[in-house]
Amino acid sequence: MVMTIDAAGMYYRDLNKQIRIAIEEGETEFVLNNINGQRYIGDAVEKKVKITINGTPGNDLAAFMNGPSIEVFANGQDGIANTMNSGEIVIHGMVGDVIGYGMRGGKLMIKGDVGYRVGIHMKEYKKQIPVIVAGGCAGDFYGEYMAGGIMVLLGIGCSDDKPITGDYLGTGMHGGVIYLRGEVEDHQLGAEVAVLEPDEKDMKLITKHVTEWCEHFGYDLNEVMSKPFIKLKAISSRPYGNLYAY
Amino acid sequence: MAVELSPVSQIPAEFRVKVDHDRCRRCKRCVLNCSFSAIEFKDKVTPDHRKCVACHRCATFCPESAITIEENPMAYKDNANWTARIRQNTLKQAETGGIILTGMGNPKPYPIIWDHLVIDACQVTNPSIDPLREPMELRTYLGSKPNYLEFENDENGKIKLKTQLAPQIKLDIPVIFAAMSYGAVSHNVHKSLAIAANKMGTLMNTGEGGLHEDLYPYSGRIIVQVASGRFGVHNQYLANSAAVEIKIGQGAKPGIGGHLPGEKVGQEISKTRMIPVGTDALSPAPHHDIYSIEDLSQLIYAIKEATDYKKPVSVKIAAVHNVAAIASGIVRAGADIVTIDGFRGGTGATPAIIRDNVGIPIELALAAVDQRLRDEGIRNQASLICAGSIREAADVAKAIALGADACVIGTAALVSLGCRVCQKCYTGNCAWGIATQRPELTRRLNPDVGSQRLCNLLTAWGHELQEVLGSLGVNSIESLRGSRERLRGVGLDKETLDILGVKPAGVGM
Repeated sequence: MVMTIDAAGMYYRDLNKQIRIAIEEGETEFVLNNINGQRYIGDAVEKKVKITINGTPGNDLAAFMNGPSIEVFANGQDGIANTMNSGEIVIHGMVGDVIGYGMRGGKLMIKGDVGYRVGIHMKEYKKQIPVIVAGGCAGDFYGEYMAGGIMVLLGIGCSDDKPITGDYLGTGMHGGVIYLRGEVEDHQLGAEVAVLEPDEKDMKLITKHVTEWCEHFGYDLNEVMSKPFIKLKAISSRPYGNLYAY
Repeated sequence: MAVELSPVSQIPAEFRVKVDHDRCRRCKRCVLNCSFSAIEFKDKVTPDHRKCVACHRCATFCPESAITIEENPMAYKDNANWTARIRQNTLKQAETGGIILTGMGNPKPYPIIWDHLVIDACQVTNPSIDPLREPMELRTYLGSKPNYLEFENDENGKIKLKTQLAPQIKLDIPVIFAAMSYGAVSHNVHKSLAIAANKMGTLMNTGEGGLHEDLYPYSGRIIVQVASGRFGVHNQYLANSAAVEIKIGQGAKPGIGGHLPGEKVGQEISKTRMIPVGTDALSPAPHHDIYSIEDLSQLIYAIKEATDYKKPVSVKIAAVHNVAAIASGIVRAGADIVTIDGFRGGTGATPAIIRDNVGIPIELALAAVDQRLRDEGIRNQASLICAGSIREAADVAKAIALGADACVIGTAALVSLGCRVCQKCYTGNCAWGIATQRPELTRRLNPDVGSQRLCNLLTAWGHELQEVLGSLGVNSIESLRGSRERLRGVGLDKETLDILGVKPAGVGM
């Protein structure tokens, strides 16, 4: 059964409570209509439920989430997938700032642009490798303090005279990998990152995630893959190893 | 180009280890016990003075009491301005070019305000109470309290509470164990704290290192921390807690982040923090999703949603000059508990420059926050926890009289477990098995023995607090809270007394 909720004018606490109770009672699929800024949807949900959101969800969508898949047919706001453990989020629009903060697992597919501070402190643990694929361009501090995981930025629709990410790219990065479809200038990079050419293994990984992204948003894979990618990796896993006198 | 330095360090030994060879039985126990490799055996016990940190492990375990440790009298020519510590640090920086790292609390001789406050006592007109005969209540409840209570009659005509109370935590003694992460301290320390908190009806705090599965059985007595690095934070972690604490700041390192070096991230730490073995655990100074009170409120409510509004959410900040306004914002942002950590608070590792020079004394911060929240009429909306060098039960009594609901002890708890405050926590070589992850050292602390020592400490403090309450003629710790009239200042200037809201000794009502 699919549970449909008309969320027009609904207080976020009531909405989330209703979802939580329904999940406990065994409901596995939700369609939320007329969502308009309700926060914390999917927050800390543990079961592998499916949530379809028609409308723009509010901040901290899927914070601490562990399992569900969420599809948003609109833009998203800030703080999506904050400290998320596992699950999948697909957003048919653009999103705001601080996406995937401390995210440890699961997948985030975004059709359009992403804001500032995306993927900060993303981590990985054993088989949990978080992935963020975004179709548009990004603001400053993309992948800052990144400690693990995979970020792919496609730069589709970005203006040609502007780089596809902002400044402070990968500052303090000490793990994980960033793939950019396009170029960045040296001054945009954090001191802790190196720009490399993706090897065969990287291209396989990129193709896998981009294929999935194209399927979600109806893009032609060959066309997306026709532009070259660059790879960003941490120079050292101990960027601040020599900072202290012991 | 880097200039190669002489392999011989210019830093003189801080201490001298003296061995009485007439008494020494050559059992080598000291050699085995010294985790800093300061004692060798070459025909006889031979100290390497430069490596000694004065942790007392060798002397404690010498069956003949043949070892003594002294300050090195030859180290530096006496100078009140260019202290030995300053000269030693200069040499260390000349040799390394690094930030001086240190552990535990601020050792500088700033005035300790607790020691300039005295507790009043009852005499003839109001009699004191005999705590040996009369019940004395140390129980307190942490959590947001309503502005007023409403009652209604149930179907049987009995009166019951109508007001929905925010989640509360019952404390049998208003002393909580401080946030010390698994990583900074050993697993056996965490276990000792958890067992003792459970037995004594109080709380321990995971710090920002995650919660090891072994401690899940004690989860009803554990505050779990969510800090900027979000290490080990997941839904189960939030669920297995008595309360969730958002760590914004820490007294020993206000405004700066933390850093557990990769070499300390072994198998178990990796599992608990949920990061690969050997990677650096960097916690940036700010949470990059919190740049305002509104952002903080967003995280508070994200956590409340995640825990179904069943657990109090605490926010911990360092004591800084504007702390009263900040605390007011935090309470309005929805926190159920505010923890204020003073500049004498301890730590596993911090730059000495921060620890020794940044932040303000907890006594002033606490009094300022309590007063501000009262003035604004929101003091009931959050519990106040006082942290940062609570050394003895008297400090607890004074803090509660200044407005705290409960106090936090970190260093005091570790000292009860054997810590000698040698301040070398950051080296990971702790000889007492406390601030280390080396297996051969961590097993020196037995969690059953450790928890018993902690229980004894709290039991003793409990008795002492009851004695103080008796002397004041009150029979519950809640009657002492915010009761500044029962304190008097000795040797404090007028401004300090004004901030504390305390009269000088000799002034009556």
